[in-house]
Amino acid sequence: MSRIGVFVCHCGMNIEETVDTRRVADTLKLYPGVVHAEDYDYMCSEIGQQKIRDVIVEHNLDGVVVASCTPAMHQETFRNAAEEAGLNRYRLEVANIREQVSWVHSDREVATQKAIRMARAAVEKVRGDDDLEAIAVDHETRCLVVGGGISGIQAAIDVANSGHKVILVEKDPSIGGHMAQLSVTFPTLDCAQCILTPRMVEASRHPNIELLTYSEVVKVAGFMGNYEVTIRKNPTYVDADKCNLCDKCSEVCPVGVKEEFNEGLSERKAIYLPFEQAIPSSYVLDENACLGVKPIRCGLCQDVCDVGAIDYDMAPEVITEKVGAIIVATGYDLYDPSHLTEYGGGKYPDVVTSLQFERMVHPSGPMKGQLRRPSDGRSVKSVAFVHCAGSRDPGRHKPYCSRICCTYTAKHALLFKKGVPDGVANVFYIDIRTDGKGYEEFAQGIISGKRVRYIRGKVAKVVDEGDHLTVWGADTLSGKRMEIDVDLVVLAMAMVPSEGTAELAKTLHINVDENGFLKEAHLKLRPVETTTAGVFIAGTAQGPKDIPDSVAQASAAAAKAIAILSADKLSHSPEVAAVDEQLCSGCGICASVCPYDAVKVERSGIAVVNEILCFGCGVCAASCPAGAIEIKNERHAQIEEMIGVALGSEK
Amino acid sequence: MSDNTVFEPKIIAFLCKWTTYAAADLCGVSRMPYPSNISIISVNCTGEVTADMILSSLAKGADGILIGGCRPGHCRYEDGNLKGSNRVYLLKRVLKEFGVNPDRIREVGIAGAQGLIFQQAVEKFTADIRAFGPCPVMSNA
Repeated sequence: MSRIGVFVCHCGMNIEETVDTRRVADTLKLYPGVVHAEDYDYMCSEIGQQKIRDVIVEHNLDGVVVASCTPAMHQETFRNAAEEAGLNRYRLEVANIREQVSWVHSDREVATQKAIRMARAAVEKVRGDDDLEAIAVDHETRCLVVGGGISGIQAAIDVANSGHKVILVEKDPSIGGHMAQLSVTFPTLDCAQCILTPRMVEASRHPNIELLTYSEVVKVAGFMGNYEVTIRKNPTYVDADKCNLCDKCSEVCPVGVKEEFNEGLSERKAIYLPFEQAIPSSYVLDENACLGVKPIRCGLCQDVCDVGAIDYDMAPEVITEKVGAIIVATGYDLYDPSHLTEYGGGKYPDVVTSLQFERMVHPSGPMKGQLRRPSDGRSVKSVAFVHCAGSRDPGRHKPYCSRICCTYTAKHALLFKKGVPDGVANVFYIDIRTDGKGYEEFAQGIISGKRVRYIRGKVAKVVDEGDHLTVWGADTLSGKRMEIDVDLVVLAMAMVPSEGTAELAKTLHINVDENGFLKEAHLKLRPVETTTAGVFIAGTAQGPKDIPDSVAQASAAAAKAIAILSADKLSHSPEVAAVDEQLCSGCGICASVCPYDAVKVERSGIAVVNEILCFGCGVCAASCPAGAIEIKNERHAQIEEMIGVALGSEK
Repeated sequence: MSDNTVFEPKIIAFLCKWTTYAAADLCGVSRMPYPSNISIISVNCTGEVTADMILSSLAKGADGILIGGCRPGHCRYEDGNLKGSNRVYLLKRVLKEFGVNPDRIREVGIAGAQGLIFQQAVEKFTADIRAFGPCPVMSNA
């Protein structure tokens, strides 16, 4: 006869409001095998945990059920407490009566009855649980960082500085990300490249960092501590070690395409240097634009290359690397402005995005810092800056706030007034949200300086009148309709997850949220972890954020990764498949369905499980015609009992 | 049961703990209510759900079985969801031969972030099962 203790948590009023926890405890007290049942305000508190420890010792319990919040929240807390009192941690189960009862049902009687059934089902589970010991596993000590923007660079440097090897994978030809494109950074107006490029150099020179640019992660197999990653290195057709940056290849190249680094405001050649401070510092050949690589060779660039750096026969290279932890920092893109048809986004050349504006005012940008209209090259005397272009617009565009736009638009207005002191800057805003350290002071300094005109209201429409743009809007403070003529419109575009985020998430078996950003394990308390152990997230791939937050999150992700990489051994859940040798006939169906090759039929004629490779998915258990292979502590007999009790059958 | 009471079906849900179970948790966190007829049993993977589990749920009085796992291509265990789905497909064909409406078993693939979709799936399934009435497995037993 089992000796099970049941603890029913009130969670303050979170559970108690809807579930009569006293009645749940009193009912469970009478349930077969239960020797103790009580309810308490907060089982997760030290007092609550002490109750568990005390009762385990007092009643010599062989199983514990805590009816509380989701097991994702506190199962580990309670299992630790049980272990301290001498009970095997795998003999404690959680009945989820908060997320799946009290928070979703309102009828107190119905909710109480359901909580009783769920607690009983957990008792049935515990009744069948065995003592298990975690499996110790050796692991890799290298780390993969995906994404070479400021977040990925920071994470890579932090991990590398802890003495672990890092593979930094970037899909573009250079690391640096969007930060490399920025003019100056708020609120200090530091030159963005001046603070970024030392980090880029550090990452590229670090003895522990291997840089793989122009590369993509195509497959990830394995598990925390032992991932096997397949990476495709796309051909640059230029040997970076030989390239001496003479620019002759680019001079002779006959093909011009829009330059990504300048957000399409200028042209580059098919063979080009991504930007002056690019790392690796080498020209690359864009095979999609080049006339030569695929069908017929134009060959001009190879002819003029004095150092023989250009190799048209370079092929994609697929490599596999073993790593212990993965940090994903794949960053953001701007929402496609052509969705904003009312503003002529992507259609009117003088309606530009915030990143285009960064390039326009950048001293080494396509206009050398002299602000001119993209359409006719005329100097810009008046600008309308439009906040929340695509952000905070549920139903039509993105529902969320992109967080950085208010502050950078203040910066943009300031930069414009610096370059064109007699120019007119109009800023259309909904509210001003400047939430970072020093940001409010920075933005208010610009707003209260009165040199920039702040208009509270959304822009309804922008019309291109040829030599100027007419902006229609409303000033909601005065209630007046606005119609102003400007030379340039700058849209503070919403941030969206970078292209390919969803595919990468799928490759890594991690989730994305409703807006496509990478989903954290817990919004508040586990912001850099994912539901896949050993995979961490950082930067704007997780949600819109500024540079300091991205860097902080990157360091946090690095710390989490280092904890894994530097562990002596990792422990692996012992809830894995086990074979009953008496029942096994050696048919091998289990081996054929196992996704990890963790089960094999040995010469003895029975199946044998490699516990290190097994993840307890249970596909083998469901396939075995004899019921000879089962998952430990998730045996069919246990689930059968749970089904009966969950349906309300009495014992 | 008298004629004027609404039939309250019993539903067992086998939910993959990585995705649909997490979606159910998110429903809770977001306070999005759904009918209480459903009893959730967490599994590692829907590929773990056997024909036995489904049949014994019906035999023990369930009127509907909801199986919630990963969306196709998103399985944490490569393709356990599809292996489970193949099994359910065959079982449904057999059940039909025995006079049990195969639509009493429904499979859904819901990501952890899709709390709203979970809520809608439970509402819809409960309404459908309510319309089907009590499962004949029990009434014939």
